[in-house]
Amino acid sequence: MADVKEDRVLDCRGQLCPMPVVRVGREMGELEPGQVLKVLATDRGAIVDLPAWARDTGNELLHWYEEDGHMVFYVRKGSDEVP
Amino acid sequence: MSVELRPGASPTLTHETVRQIVREEVERAFRRDPAAKKACIIASKGTLDWAYPPLILGSAAAAAGMEAAIFFTFYGLNIIHKDFRRRLKVSPVGNPAMPMPVPMADTFTSLPGMKRMATSMMKSKFRKKGVAAIEELLDVCRESGVRLIACALTIEVFGFRESDFLDGVEFGGAGAFMSEARRAHVTLFV
Repeated sequence: MADVKEDRVLDCRGQLCPMPVVRVGREMGELEPGQVLKVLATDRGAIVDLPAWARDTGNELLHWYEEDGHMVFYVRKGSDEVP
Repeated sequence: MSVELRPGASPTLTHETVRQIVREEVERAFRRDPAAKKACIIASKGTLDWAYPPLILGSAAAAAGMEAAIFFTFYGLNIIHKDFRRRLKVSPVGNPAMPMPVPMADTFTSLPGMKRMATSMMKSKFRKKGVAAIEELLDVCRESGVRLIACALTIEVFGFRESDFLDGVEFGGAGAFMSEARRAHVTLFV
């Protein structure tokens, strides 16, 4: 699980709600299905926001962890169709 | 588990099969229901603190692939006024829930300059904490297709003109809002 390689990195550190979800949504639009986005965030709300957003948009939160005072999320893009 | 009907074979419909088919169709209908992807928010307050919730909720809805519309009425018009930067303020008067740096007597909160101080303290605290500014949230809303609708009645009563509002703002009334809101699962009054 820990050796999933990301295709892109999005740094949302220092940004609070709603910017992490907004930016992840935008960035996902530019990825191909199956590609993985690595998101860096300091917003504690993202722990709940990102999985909920992923579920609603047909994407998959692979896993997340904390390091150095910020959080790292790995999100894989589902298909281009919104469920 | 899906019910497979082989072409040519005549199916024996048991109660169980029928129940299964009905369950699957209902689930499919719920998944496809457009109302699940619609959010209609009414923004009726015109102070800086209350400008954030409708814009943040609208942006989050759009980020989740939902159709979102924010209907600005009464003092909420301040948020989409061209001069929103100056109009949006916050006052400590009669605001016992507002966190204060030091405990403050009520009469003190109504002294000249307190409103200006509270407003600029809120703006700088939010900026320092990394909250998007109102201007940025308005841009996010417009870029992600959130409809910003201004209440025509309020405009008339308060003596505004359509040209007083930001580009991209639409104008409507309660009928327009109800027509959208009745087909939206998320309806909020701020």
